[in-house]
Amino acid sequence: MTETTAEAMSCQELVELVTAYLEDALSGEERRRFQDHLADCATCQVYVEQIRATIRVAGRVTAEDLSPEAERDLLAAFRSWHG
Amino acid sequence: MQPTAARDELAALRAGDEAAFLALVRQHHGSMIRVAQIYVGSRAIAEEVAQEAWVGVLKGLDRFEGRSSLKTWVFRIVTNLAKTRAVREGRTIPFSSLRTPENVPEPAVEPARFRRHDDPRWPGHWAVKPNEWPEERLLAAETAAIVDGAIDALPPSQRAVITLRDVEGWSSDEVCNALELTETNQRVLLHRGRSKVRKALEEHLG
Repeated sequence: MTETTAEAMSCQELVELVTAYLEDALSGEERRRFQDHLADCATCQVYVEQIRATIRVAGRVTAEDLSPEAERDLLAAFRSWHG
Repeated sequence: MQPTAARDELAALRAGDEAAFLALVRQHHGSMIRVAQIYVGSRAIAEEVAQEAWVGVLKGLDRFEGRSSLKTWVFRIVTNLAKTRAVREGRTIPFSSLRTPENVPEPAVEPARFRRHDDPRWPGHWAVKPNEWPEERLLAAETAAIVDGAIDALPPSQRAVITLRDVEGWSSDEVCNALELTETNQRVLLHRGRSKVRKALEEHLG
């Protein structure tokens, strides 16, 4: 961790900018402050990794299955549409 | 100009290929329900809207010109139907959470986990630190179920955005387009959603 100055980013600020950082939506200056903080702060590195892990696990969630009835109804609609 | 795979998919649907239709339905139906839920009150009505949307897709398929992607077009049908339904249900302000998500501050992490702003040495730095998560626990089916439950518990607009972005893997442009969101509002909703899901994981994994 670096000594906090007027320009240095705090951990509390960083956690609010994680999404903008990952979306590449920070201004050049903000991005630099974010990266400077992250390079020196092992705890914020853990936090950012937790957000990345959250995204990875979300990617493994499978969209809920259709009920067999709903699927049957939709297929019937498809058949009669093509009919 | 559509990529070949998209043209093939469309051709298969128009030819009456049931497998192609089922694949499309299975891929999108869950997300369609979550998108409809932004506008209509209940899950049951959202399910009806999603079903109705497929009928709309079939009606429009022959006229669909492929100027947008099939996915974009399908979700436009969903949002239009959901809005119409919301008006009919007498829901007058269903879209406010999409337009102004930043009205009420929602910190990503509880303020109590940071040192106070007047801390002489480390203002705003971690007081209660997050721990590293073991990879093998992240891979557990149980962990995915926690994330699924946490997404379900989100407010509707955050739930829809995180579902499309992180579960379905859409780009931010695609989500902004489907939900008629600005880039900034999409990001705020995604940020709030991810922060809460992370918190749920932390409660589970320690």
